[in-house]
Amino acid sequence: MKFAIQINEGPYQHQASDSAYLFTRTALEKGHEIFRVFFYHDGVGNGTRLTTPPQDDRHIVNRWAELAEKYGLDLVVCVAAAQRRGLVDDGEAERNGKDATNIHPKFRISGLGQLIEAAVQSDRLVVFGD
Amino acid sequence: MSEEIKNFLYLNRRAPYGTIYAWESLEVVLIGAAFDQKVSLAFVDDGVFQIVKGQKTEQIGMKNFSPTYSALGDYDVNQLYVERESLEERGLTVDDLMHLTWEDEDEDWAEKDSIRVVSRAEMAEIITQQDVVFSF
Repeated sequence: MKFAIQINEGPYQHQASDSAYLFTRTALEKGHEIFRVFFYHDGVGNGTRLTTPPQDDRHIVNRWAELAEKYGLDLVVCVAAAQRRGLVDDGEAERNGKDATNIHPKFRISGLGQLIEAAVQSDRLVVFGD
Repeated sequence: MSEEIKNFLYLNRRAPYGTIYAWESLEVVLIGAAFDQKVSLAFVDDGVFQIVKGQKTEQIGMKNFSPTYSALGDYDVNQLYVERESLEERGLTVDDLMHLTWEDEDEDWAEKDSIRVVSRAEMAEIITQQDVVFSF
């Protein structure tokens, strides 16, 4: 089956990203396809490379990145939500005059159309959040 | 943009202010309207407060985005289901809601109501009929 994943909450504060990760990893291991993982609302916080959790805790951002590396996952962060919350890539930094970037290289910033497209193209949209 | 047409339901469960879910949900609806899917909105639980009329936000320093709901008809988003029990539990009636309408081009642009009040059981049925449910 082909899944689209939507994550609406940030890392650590909320379990949504953990549950989505476990679901996504298991689905891939079982041979299913993940069309796209879309991060919305505070979920965009899952995409910052500056995250530094204690060493004995899981690294939520790197874990997503490693899964993306292994399976070629498309990890997309909503641009409007990212702008509000200060998640920045090179293009956004240039457009908005910011002096730094913080997005993890395995994530990309794009528009809400990517979420709609994922829902259209997939058999199921699974939403993780409150 | 896609040859496939699906039934999209945006399930709005939260109050308009206090969290950003309602506002960012509406942003998805507006972008999604360009994709030619069959779109409905549902308002349940505190989500019914999103379309209450006479919203004033000056004192909390937030943008009053409720006028945007009035524009949905122009985006061909004209199926708005409101759960009766959610209204009643909050002391609201349909008269407390904005009068949201759309113009039916197949009937000489007749103005029609977008809001339909349905029971909880009917809402469950509406949800099961969808291909995609965006839950906010």
